[in-house]
Amino acid sequence: MTRRAHSLRALGLALAAPALVALAPTATAGVLPEDRADVLYHSYDGGGVTIDGPSFLVRKQFAGKFSAAANYYVDNVSSASIDVVTSGASPYEEERTQYSLGLDYLRDRWTFNLGLSSSSENDFEAETVSLGISQDLFGDLTTVSLGYTLGDDVVMRRGDSDFLDTIERQHYRLGVSQILTPNLLLGFSFETITDEGFLNNPYRTVRYLDGDSAIGYSRQPELYPRTRTSDATSLRLKYYLPYRAALHWEYRNYVDTWHIDASTVEMSYTQPLSDGFTLEARVRSYSQESADFYSDLFPYEDAANFLARDKELSTFDSTTFRIGVTYDILETGWRFIERGSVSLFYDHMLFEYQDFRDLRNTAGLTPGTEPLYEFNADVIQIFVSFWL
Amino acid sequence: MRVLRNCLLGAVLAFAVSGCAIEPWVKPYERDHIADPIMSFDRDPVSSSYIHHVYEAREGARGATGSAGGGCGCN
Repeated sequence: MTRRAHSLRALGLALAAPALVALAPTATAGVLPEDRADVLYHSYDGGGVTIDGPSFLVRKQFAGKFSAAANYYVDNVSSASIDVVTSGASPYEEERTQYSLGLDYLRDRWTFNLGLSSSSENDFEAETVSLGISQDLFGDLTTVSLGYTLGDDVVMRRGDSDFLDTIERQHYRLGVSQILTPNLLLGFSFETITDEGFLNNPYRTVRYLDGDSAIGYSRQPELYPRTRTSDATSLRLKYYLPYRAALHWEYRNYVDTWHIDASTVEMSYTQPLSDGFTLEARVRSYSQESADFYSDLFPYEDAANFLARDKELSTFDSTTFRIGVTYDILETGWRFIERGSVSLFYDHMLFEYQDFRDLRNTAGLTPGTEPLYEFNADVIQIFVSFWL
Repeated sequence: MRVLRNCLLGAVLAFAVSGCAIEPWVKPYERDHIADPIMSFDRDPVSSSYIHHVYEAREGARGATGSAGGGCGCN
């Protein structure tokens, strides 16, 4: 595997453009989102990979019925991941940049929104258009939202000017937010995503047993199906405690046509203090079953129609612990700023793979008996927010 | 897709009956706790979109990560 094998796409980052989420309206349909500006620095460090960069998000109402938002997001990647190390390639550095724009239009109890996003890295381009509609119902106790996103990606392979392929992605979303009691909120989300095109990594390989090889195995390129359809359903509850604190519970179920079956459970607790501080603690547990064409070690070359050894498609569990603190600033305002806050969030993530083996330091070990891979990651977010 | 179809049908029905007069069982003056910022499903969008990005880049699952009524515009 060459150095280019470990691009941002190799990390899967291009498959998860974030900014339209930030631009998605999150208030009730009958109210435009708050005017707000955020400056965030993010840092991820784990598994030999460090990724950091800024994110700027600004949202402003105008003409009484519109709210516009813009987001600029950067991932600066420096990677010596297990894929890099075990392939003998050199660590590399790379950058992904994303621009997003959003516009909301409020009419009575209806909100219409449009989002555009463009993401670029050296071997992957992604463009998305997103449409959404929301309405408040039943005395504003219920908000129902429908959304659609169309994404067009271009996949390239550095060092191979003849290679060019595409992916078309379509998202269909339904969301319901329901006030159940004066202290209890319920949220429901359902999203179907269909992908069609070149879905595997153009650089990654699988390994298969090979008696002619000195290390007992050889490699061949991954080969994925050209279609994938997934259904994700999530349920959230938020409860207001009598002494002004909030409990959050969330569950998500996920299935797709690659037979990945995953579930996520998350709980958090938010506690404002009297001196302007707000504390948050969170725990999140994620587990998934592997894609049916995944294997850490295939029995022979071309052992199946489709082949994958991407650890993100393997069977694994991950757990995330968060502590966060937010401190209110400019509480009396300053010029055009109504108020502000400074936040620091720290997440500690643990990944334990059940069928992805660590191929470092495997001298003397028979292929397939190497230790299972696991790693920890630290994620830090520092951001300043201003309400305008 | 059948689940999606049922969900969409439910949404259409909800929209269709939106004109009906249903008495809200939580009165507007009882919603001060619900309106507290700590009760938001997505208190800091710039932060939540980032952390969803972190998860999605390292997990096989995707979608339905947005706050209720919102959704994920991830490509």
